[in-house]
Amino acid sequence: MKVLDRRAATLLIWVVLAAMPYWMPLVGGYTALGTRVLVMAIAAMALNFLLGFTGVLSFGHAAYLGLGAYGAGMAIKYIAPSTSLGILVGVLVGTLGAMIIGAMIVRLRGVYFAMVTIAFGQVFYFIAFRWASLTGGDDGLTGWHRMPLDFGFTQIDIMNDDKAFYYLVLVCLAVSAGLMALLLRSPFGRTLLAIRENERRARFLGIPVEQHIWLSFVISAAFTSLAGTAYAYLDNFVDPRAFHWQQSGDFVIMAVLGGMRSFWGPLIGAAIFVVLQDKVSSLTDNWMSVIGLFFVLVVVFFPSGVLGILRRKAAA
Amino acid sequence: MSLLEVDNVTCAFGSLIAVNGVSLTVEQGELRAVIGPNGAGKTTFFNLISGFFTPSSGRIRFRDRDITAMPAHKRVALGMARTFQITEIFPELTVRENLRVPVEVAAGLRLAPFLSRRKNAEIGARVAELLEQGGLAGKADRLVGELSHGDQRATEIMMALALKPSLLLLDEPTAGMGDQETHDVVQLIARLHKDHQLTIVLIEHDMRVVFHLATRIMVLAEGAVLAEGTASEIAADERVQTAYLGHAA
Repeated sequence: MKVLDRRAATLLIWVVLAAMPYWMPLVGGYTALGTRVLVMAIAAMALNFLLGFTGVLSFGHAAYLGLGAYGAGMAIKYIAPSTSLGILVGVLVGTLGAMIIGAMIVRLRGVYFAMVTIAFGQVFYFIAFRWASLTGGDDGLTGWHRMPLDFGFTQIDIMNDDKAFYYLVLVCLAVSAGLMALLLRSPFGRTLLAIRENERRARFLGIPVEQHIWLSFVISAAFTSLAGTAYAYLDNFVDPRAFHWQQSGDFVIMAVLGGMRSFWGPLIGAAIFVVLQDKVSSLTDNWMSVIGLFFVLVVVFFPSGVLGILRRKAAA
Repeated sequence: MSLLEVDNVTCAFGSLIAVNGVSLTVEQGELRAVIGPNGAGKTTFFNLISGFFTPSSGRIRFRDRDITAMPAHKRVALGMARTFQITEIFPELTVRENLRVPVEVAAGLRLAPFLSRRKNAEIGARVAELLEQGGLAGKADRLVGELSHGDQRATEIMMALALKPSLLLLDEPTAGMGDQETHDVVQLIARLHKDHQLTIVLIEHDMRVVFHLATRIMVLAEGAVLAEGTASEIAADERVQTAYLGHAA
């Protein structure tokens, strides 16, 4: 029964997402807003692979969003105008960055780990900010745009068709979520849960904890950089704020808001965050205080997040 | 060749010498107890053997390999498993999942991103076997954090056993337990020792437990070996009675 419920819930999520470009306008949204939800959801779910399922808090995941975004934009601008090449380069650059940074910080724990991840994110922020000849500096990387997807026998015009681009990002989400869910159910995934639950016990069961945390960090960053490529494509633009620690904090808020112990929680968190941001920021500049208040209420009264509330309702 | 040879190890934290020149040889199939009053250095001694700390001096050999500076997880791979004085488990996972992790690690699958149907069935069968042995079959799908202290302890021992160790280190397995729970855990340890010819070294506080179980006993006091011998030899030793029981009985 429980398994059936879970399957039904997962199916419901996919139906809602697949139909989003069609129901969004009816409730006052627009397609690009839906796409933004998906982009942030990929990143927040990727962060949660590390936070919720390995028990390691990164406060610097914007670094990988930014690397993916700049990687994709610069590949199109400087190498060749191809959307798929951009995605490939962005993910490779982000993953490589995480491999190197991860190796340096994997022995740190808790607040020290979080602080150092912020610091690395800020390093990239300042590089993107200062190295204007390459990155466009504060004005952002412009003068490029996403290209139609060319499969040889047919083309999909994600360049001009917002809906087509939405579905490309939905495919990215499906691939990311599918792979992460698969990994979490595997023996490797169980070692990550074990580390989250009790690092000492994990170590004395023969698990080299640092190696496993490093792998989890790299996997998490790889999917975050995939989100980064879509993030750049969404507006055909990227600026240094993609790297900023505030963006990293937003991911953590999304994950915690939605429920970091549940696989789909960060998706819900991302949806709430992005929609609130869009609606409230058109009313007031202080939209962040509305989100902040909402966040505090959820954390204080529903520590398992919005999805935790829904689950409890469903169980009752 | 002995299974475990600890040669004159010392462990100092600053000016505090927690373990001072302790040697211990454990033969295959033995059930050895280490006893001593609080602060005698028992747990520190265990931490040196299992790789939690590295000794300041001295050598440790296990299965004919020098493991003095080997990281903990590699000692586990060599066949050494341990439990902790304060039960160390995965509280928000079920008993079954708690056992599944070490079974998969022992099968060399810790990095496996998926399992074949056949492997999955093998792992499941091994887990079921361990649940049965530990008397946990009826609680397999409960979160281990919700179980009684005795059942948590049994889970922890079975997790260590899941690694198919050639040496099992138990740090005060009956600490903080009532009479019935103590009895159950002692029965479990005795059964594992007998049925699997498993070599066990255990730290104990409860003298009754030790005299009941152990083939040989080592007594530590103030970081050094005070006495070593069979249960009856130790019981008769006046120095032990003075140090351990506070006065000659």
